[in-house]
Amino acid sequence: MYATKNGLHEEQRLKIIRDSIRVVPHFPKPGIMFQDITTLLLDHKAFKLTVDIFVDRYRNQNISAVAGVEARGFMFGPSIALAIGAKFIPLRKPRKLPGEVISEAYVLEYGTDCLEMHVGAVHPGERVLVIDDIVATGGTLSAAIRLLERVGAEVVECACVIGIPELKGIGKLNGKPLYVLVEPRQ
Amino acid sequence: MSACCNDDPRIHDIKSKIRVVPNFPKPGIMFQDITTLLLDPKTFKNTVDLFVERYKNKNISVVAGIEARGFIFGPPIALAIGAKFVPLRKPRKLPGEVISEEYTLEYGRDCLEMHIGAVEPDERALVVDDLIATGGTLCAAMNLLERAGAEVVECACLIELPDLKVNLLSQNFT
Repeated sequence: MYATKNGLHEEQRLKIIRDSIRVVPHFPKPGIMFQDITTLLLDHKAFKLTVDIFVDRYRNQNISAVAGVEARGFMFGPSIALAIGAKFIPLRKPRKLPGEVISEAYVLEYGTDCLEMHVGAVHPGERVLVIDDIVATGGTLSAAIRLLERVGAEVVECACVIGIPELKGIGKLNGKPLYVLVEPRQ
Repeated sequence: MSACCNDDPRIHDIKSKIRVVPNFPKPGIMFQDITTLLLDPKTFKNTVDLFVERYKNKNISVVAGIEARGFIFGPPIALAIGAKFVPLRKPRKLPGEVISEEYTLEYGRDCLEMHIGAVEPDERALVVDDLIATGGTLCAAMNLLERAGAEVVECACLIELPDLKVNLLSQNFT
């Protein structure tokens, strides 16, 4: 699941990326060590390395669409899409996308939330990459996978910059491959 | 204001890929939907290329994108011109210390936030959003950057709404 285990020997690159991520304790609530990727975005070298690693992995996989989860998935997805010649599909919180959408509910720690995608954004049989900044429970990514599969797309992989070690031994999310660059920082 | 690029043949294609959704988010508004542009890789690339060509030799070290559609266009521009990307976000989304700028909506007020330390004094900044209507959000963005001591070189948008009165800003606004 982690970049080093997928044949990438770019340990130095990954260290640069991981070191550029800032931990903000007790955000958004006590006990949570928030993995802040905005500091990565401030570091042009680290940001470019991040995008390049994903692009190198996906450019020859006939992926025609990159779906990014609002809002931090928007910060990484489009650059990857542009580099591999794919379209970019924003997966958004309710009532943000105009026109016809399909919705998928998912469970939060307390309550539920919802992810939406435009009808017609993706066609049956298209190969799609899902991108977000971090995967924790996998709830949001699972909803993204369901949205895409409901319209007949094939989710090739889910990609995140950061992933919790609990998912490390599995390397899969709902049966889909999960690719993560780095572990969370302490 | 949009005269900078009108002669470029890529512009017509970009315009044609933007979808108008009537009566969204409420009756009477003709919403300019850029998601259809994002579905065409060539047109999306042309859009980014046009901005990159304009800004790449202007010593811009910061691209600030306005949540959320500014997050789609800003980062590719930042990466291409060698600048950092700074997200300007709705309240309580950014962790850690932020500065806030309030601005007026049609009904009520909203707020834009930026991380403290994201931008340093005298940095040259570009602000990116998909669309400018009244200019309220862009003004708030400029204020945030200027409060941090940066120089806003320009604000860049795909779409301007010509029928609404725009508050022209004191800076070079194209």
